[in-house]
Amino acid sequence: MSHHYLDARRLLCPLPVIRVQDRVADLSPGDTLEVHCTDPGALNDVPTWCRINGHAVLDMGSERHEVRILLRVGEPDKAPAGG
Amino acid sequence: MLAARVVMDQGVQVEGINFYTGFCVEGHTHAIRKQDADRPKRNNALWVAELLRIRLHILDVVEEYKDVVLNPAHGYGANLNPCLDCKVFMVRKALQWMHGQGFDFIITGEVIGQRPMSQRRETLPVVARESGAEDRLLRPLCARLLPESLPEREGWVDRNRLLDFNGRSRKPQMALAARLGIRDYAQPAGGCCFLTDRSYSAKLADLWRSRGERRYELDDIMLLKVGRHLRPRPHFKLIVAREEGEGRFLEGYRHQFTHLQTVSHGGPLVLVDGRCDAEDLRLAARVAARYSQGRDAEHVEVEVGRPGGGSYALKVRPLAAEDVPPDWHI
Repeated sequence: MSHHYLDARRLLCPLPVIRVQDRVADLSPGDTLEVHCTDPGALNDVPTWCRINGHAVLDMGSERHEVRILLRVGEPDKAPAGG
Repeated sequence: MLAARVVMDQGVQVEGINFYTGFCVEGHTHAIRKQDADRPKRNNALWVAELLRIRLHILDVVEEYKDVVLNPAHGYGANLNPCLDCKVFMVRKALQWMHGQGFDFIITGEVIGQRPMSQRRETLPVVARESGAEDRLLRPLCARLLPESLPEREGWVDRNRLLDFNGRSRKPQMALAARLGIRDYAQPAGGCCFLTDRSYSAKLADLWRSRGERRYELDDIMLLKVGRHLRPRPHFKLIVAREEGEGRFLEGYRHQFTHLQTVSHGGPLVLVDGRCDAEDLRLAARVAARYSQGRDAEHVEVEVGRPGGGSYALKVRPLAAEDVPPDWHI
């Protein structure tokens, strides 16, 4: 398990989510990813993306127009599947 | 959302695909501005996916999409919106994804007659044919008005439980949503693409004209969404932040553009796009002063920052309102 950092500052929706999605695809279950964004919408979207894809948000907050989200990569088959 | 739900209710596993073209209108783009602060700061595709409890895959197609915008085989709509080519492109991309992930067919929320360009009875087969999806493309909301698709023929879905919506009215969709217990949904029609916006299209056309060629990068089309755009001379334009949120966003571009900031008075950050000589920059500084709190002052001091670093100050007389011709505004 390892810790990773993603700079998604200055990106507007949905680019922060896309960058998270692409980065998580290269990580292993249990790895943690710390994401920094300036789009306040990331506070909603990254956790939503995590929930529907089976990842866990460990911590998040915002300070001086910057959002920080810490997530842990889940098992790929734990995500919901409709139908 | 409704199309997915109708098919999911038949026991079919559904996953969502959302394409990011760079032209998407999302709550966040609006959220830069205070006047849009009441809009929900959420990505609607993600929000809907969570409501439906399905996985969502957001695909960045910015580069590939350029050819759709620049060379639409079926032309543009009222503005620079290549709706039919866009649909063909997206269904083709969905088909590639479908094959790669082992899915069997594609569903879309299209309805015959809903949109004047891309959702007419004559154009729905064009999308199916040119995308290569053919009869693996199912439109659950109007399927009963169309020839049987493969999923219907194979019995993967029951045609009798699909719908026969037709025309521009959204009332049938709203009634269906109510029947399914869906009370909150994203805007029911269009408005999700900046290319359908007249003002945005004018700025994009101006960008191409000024460059003498039709091309763009992601930063170009992002900047067209933000600020007041003025072109005082053919070889340069100014992007003037209209409020604090836009100023913060434009600050991220200071390393790429010459930029102006009034220092003797409060005022917006201004980016200069183009090549300017000293006289041009003096004019640009006078425009910046015009939009500052010093607009009525005798002189305003403006700092001119270079993209690579370094700056110098100019003392200018603000332009009067009548000195800013309407045709400077793009």
